[in-house]
Amino acid sequence: MSMLEIDGLTIRYADSPAPAVSDLNVVIERGEAIGIVGESGSGKTQTAMAIMGLLPANADVSGSIRFDGTELRGATPTVLNRYRASRIAMVFQDPRTALNPYVRIGKQLRRVLLEHKMCGGAEADVRTLDMLQKVGLPDPERQFRAFPHELSGGMRQRAMIGAALIGEPDLLVADEPTTALDVTVQAQILRLISDLHAETNSALLLITHDLGVVAGNCERVVVMDKGCMVEEGSTREVFSAPVSARTEALLSSAPRIDSEVMSSPIDTDADPVLEIEDIAVSFKEHRSSWGERLHAVKPMSLSLGECETVAVVGESGSGKTSLARAVLGLLPADAGRVSFLGRALPSHVGARRNRVRQNLQMVFQDPLASLNPAMSVREIVAEPLRIHESGMKKEERNKSVDTMLTRVGLEAELAGRYPHELSGGQAQRVAIARSLILQPKVLICDEAVAALDGTVQHEILKLLLTEQANSGLSLIFITHDLAVVRQISHRVLVMYMGRLCEIAENEALFRRPRHPYTKALLSSVPVIDPEANAVDVPLAGEAASALSPPTGCPFHPRCPHAIAVCNEETPELTQCNSTLVACHRAADLDLSY
Amino acid sequence: MSAFSALRPVARYIRASRMVAICVLFLLLVALVALAGPLLSPNDYISTDFDNRFGAPTMQGMQFFGTDEFGRDLFSRTLLGIQVTLFVAVIASIVSLGIGVIYGATAGFIGGKVDAVMMRAVDALYALPFVFLVILLMVAFERNFLLIFVAIGAINWLDMARIVRGQTISLKHREFVDAARLIGVSTPGIIWRHITPNLFGVVVVYMTLTIPQAILVESFLSFLGLGVQEPQTSLGALVNSGITHMGRAPWLLIIPASVLAFILFCFNFLGDGLRDVVDPKNKT
Repeated sequence: MSMLEIDGLTIRYADSPAPAVSDLNVVIERGEAIGIVGESGSGKTQTAMAIMGLLPANADVSGSIRFDGTELRGATPTVLNRYRASRIAMVFQDPRTALNPYVRIGKQLRRVLLEHKMCGGAEADVRTLDMLQKVGLPDPERQFRAFPHELSGGMRQRAMIGAALIGEPDLLVADEPTTALDVTVQAQILRLISDLHAETNSALLLITHDLGVVAGNCERVVVMDKGCMVEEGSTREVFSAPVSARTEALLSSAPRIDSEVMSSPIDTDADPVLEIEDIAVSFKEHRSSWGERLHAVKPMSLSLGECETVAVVGESGSGKTSLARAVLGLLPADAGRVSFLGRALPSHVGARRNRVRQNLQMVFQDPLASLNPAMSVREIVAEPLRIHESGMKKEERNKSVDTMLTRVGLEAELAGRYPHELSGGQAQRVAIARSLILQPKVLICDEAVAALDGTVQHEILKLLLTEQANSGLSLIFITHDLAVVRQISHRVLVMYMGRLCEIAENEALFRRPRHPYTKALLSSVPVIDPEANAVDVPLAGEAASALSPPTGCPFHPRCPHAIAVCNEETPELTQCNSTLVACHRAADLDLSY
Repeated sequence: MSAFSALRPVARYIRASRMVAICVLFLLLVALVALAGPLLSPNDYISTDFDNRFGAPTMQGMQFFGTDEFGRDLFSRTLLGIQVTLFVAVIASIVSLGIGVIYGATAGFIGGKVDAVMMRAVDALYALPFVFLVILLMVAFERNFLLIFVAIGAINWLDMARIVRGQTISLKHREFVDAARLIGVSTPGIIWRHITPNLFGVVVVYMTLTIPQAILVESFLSFLGLGVQEPQTSLGALVNSGITHMGRAPWLLIIPASVLAFILFCFNFLGDGLRDVVDPKNKT
């Protein structure tokens, strides 16, 4: 008998015609690692929730979920609680919301043991400390007494995993455990999960949209689409020879760090369109009454050529977004200058002339937040024209809106809809249509595809590149996703804690990174290839607080190649072949692949 | 375009919630009866009939609610009371809406020191015992219908200002406002086209909750004898005089009090219903 048998599982909601999950059959053996992949809305999280008995009351569930022969579907909370935590445990996507903010970390873990009467109070303390140690929390004694908000995202996810594993479950369900985390931290957490899986011999059900995560960590994979299982098999077979067209589409559209470069070559000698000189941004720290300032961006310069795509990468908190907003004048810069076509711009967007404003546009990360919910698609896309082409007649305006919508791949019928009636991909297309309708010279994309599914992401990137080829658009592409960077950029700018680490040509950066941090970022990306050897976790720890940055090079506490001077002096940007790099050891380190 | 498109969500809310639809229907019905009733009834609210004091409710002569201590027809007087009460409430709400939205949106959008000063002024006004202030106003000036509106509106706008300010602050940091700045929309344009339409939902909800508050304050003032003057009347004034004759003619108290309670219930349920529909967290 298998450990978990899901048989004909169907989940329906009264308000939607299509079932969320239909007729799903999955078997999980003891000690196995199995992945469920699919895009959003494919029913993967619904399946996990059904296993845990956490579906909302209005879900209509049929079929059967048997754990060790006991039917869990429709089981009473008393029965379910006997299984939860002690037999089946779950790690949720967002560690910020999954831990109770009012309860100390140690207590939250301990409670599992006491609730299931596994041991007494004193022993529970010991076992909790053991577990905190095991999940790699530094100084477990202190974390035991810490509240969740005192821990960073990665640390919280470690604590979550500890809370899930402390009951020594037979099955660990991990629902997108690393989606909310930075890539270097993701690598650490995935390594932790797979180590603990091997060590404790518990089965692992890993749910994710990221094929790379599955490739490295699961033996078997189930591919879901629109609530149905479209393919199942060993990870190796599914990835090398997918049977279903859907799997093939997922595989081919997933951005891969080893993929082809999609961008077309450019003329590098032309005058720059946009020049940024020594721009710096800082914020007043709210909790500090002494007027301490948090330096989001340390002085940095960049020039952007016509038709060029510059990617800005870095972990969250590295100052990427602040840089973009300062360039656009949405955030006051402390110092520095932004010039467009050779002319310096006022630092606040309100003071910039309309002729300039229409040339500098931005696409935001969350497409729904960037569209006014009270305006229809037509009104949104037409608004720039109302302001800049005030002489235009209504019919003409409507016509150019329709043309624009077609250009970004939307049907004209959508013009009458409101943002909440659009899917994420459609909303982002509307946002792109709005920013392109004035034919800008520079478009800044701030994580513009991060919130979208793989296939949609691919289409949006293609759309942007087509626009670039057609109208000579220059792009600044802010992202944490190196695979996207590889596909579309000409040059790459790597930031760490508000400082530039490295500026390099796409090819050079991926072949021969000069900065240890770049190298760490590159090796942290999960590769969609089950055959690839799992490398050691490239980077331990997390970035320090920007309020109390380390002395010297900000990266040195995490850097595997740090030497004494790194602690004392901040490295300057220096030329190293075609690359600019800020590292004391740039000359003597060889980090190439 | 702005004001029109802002009304569209309201129509949607009414369709989305049965409770909202029922409450709107009841309130319209009450208002219609209050307006059309006096035209159909043979009695008016002013004629006294000392042969028929404290008459019990009867179908005869359409005196459905009986007569009061002067023999005046209570049905006609109740209808007048409804008219006056609703009128006071709506005018007071519009006053509070006008001051509150402009004040709150300005403070919220400008922010910084201006915001701090403006909101501390609101805090200071909160600290005044308003009922006493109103009583003082009533005593100092002639008792006057208009003054009642202004006084009640002046109480209610403080809450409205706070709510609108909070909403404006959260809206002005939304990305669509940044996007509007980038495409060149001016500050007044942003407030008018991007902030105000999104405030609408909250303001409408809050208004349905301030109306019953205004009704209660008016009733309270009338109850104290500071409200509308005879022979004009309001529901609060009717309840007040009903209490005096509670032992002899209980309907003089029960009927106006029930009508008042019914209207208050409708507004409160309407507000609750609208709040559920507007708050995205309640959408599953």
